[in-house]
Amino acid sequence: MIGVGRAKQNLNVVDRPLGKGKAEVSLSAFAFLFSELVQYNQGKVENISDLEHRLEEAGYAVGIRMLELLCHREKANRRETRVLGILSFVHSTVWKSLFGKVADSLEKGTEHEDEYMISEKELIVNRFVSVPQGMGGFNCGTFVAGIVKGVLDGAGFPARVTAHFVAVEGQARPRTTILIKFAEEVVQRDARLG
Amino acid sequence: MRASLRPSDPAVSPAIERVNAELFTLTYGAIVRQLLTDYEEIEEVNKQLDTMGYNIGARLIDDFLAKANITKCTDFRETADVIAKVGFKMFLNVTATVANWSADSMECSLILEDNPLVDFVELPETCQGLSYCNILCGVLRGALEMVSMRTEVKFVKDMLRGDDVFEIRMKLLEQMPEEYPYKNDE
Repeated sequence: MIGVGRAKQNLNVVDRPLGKGKAEVSLSAFAFLFSELVQYNQGKVENISDLEHRLEEAGYAVGIRMLELLCHREKANRRETRVLGILSFVHSTVWKSLFGKVADSLEKGTEHEDEYMISEKELIVNRFVSVPQGMGGFNCGTFVAGIVKGVLDGAGFPARVTAHFVAVEGQARPRTTILIKFAEEVVQRDARLG
Repeated sequence: MRASLRPSDPAVSPAIERVNAELFTLTYGAIVRQLLTDYEEIEEVNKQLDTMGYNIGARLIDDFLAKANITKCTDFRETADVIAKVGFKMFLNVTATVANWSADSMECSLILEDNPLVDFVELPETCQGLSYCNILCGVLRGALEMVSMRTEVKFVKDMLRGDDVFEIRMKLLEQMPEEYPYKNDE
């Protein structure tokens, strides 16, 4: 009886058309919601690293779903097998659908072979956020780091992903850099593929 | 809706920045999932969502009044219209219909057919008591309280629970007299 003769809204969620992903809501609506997410989690933890952990978890849940969604919509289920391929997928496709633009930059770490950085001058989640003095290097971008981690993990590229503020000369606000450090097996696999 | 809507519809004005609705939807989903993990009772989750909404509403009303090109509402009917046509449009980019007024004009329903919060969502067996969009009730209650209206807001129909639309029942409890927390300069 699934889906037979039922109105669109009563269809099973996977039987409904996927949509183009062009719908929008106001930035304020998102900012208020995100602020509640942060405040709620702040009340649940004792220290900054727990807070980061919980925000990352929330982001992870978004990332893994975003990957599934985009794989169906944009890539006709073709999967990335190479590190550079998946990175450019995150930097362009994922960024574009989530934030409406390609990320400002994607760079390879200079010190370590397995590190990559995606930087954004003004990450949407940090737009209305000022971190209190006592909270050290806490960065709400951790949520976005979680999203990136979710996408990478889901695609079979486990990595450690963290968010950092990086001061930019001549600008009042620091940019946010998402640092991606791939797991060893990912690096080895990529080397093997030549 | 009388004179409260000017020709330049604020909801479509380019001054309002927008973000992708899927980011919003999935982030909300992540919040609900966190709450479900943190609280054992579904009723607690509903309550927590309402509280979060209240906090949002209390701040959102400023944003709304600043950006929406509206005049002061003269009665609750007008308020409901503005919420449905301007408020929902501005923040969630959908419009609601106002219906089912009570005889004393103190109670009405906001009917939503489209709701960006619930894309991709299906309630599992274990969450049947969950009012997934309960945050919206909190938002309405919080926002209205900031403009001196104490209300009771709850979902009476929910598409996730098999109804044909979302119906939010909004009841005006009292119009609070405006209080000034500050003294005039002496």
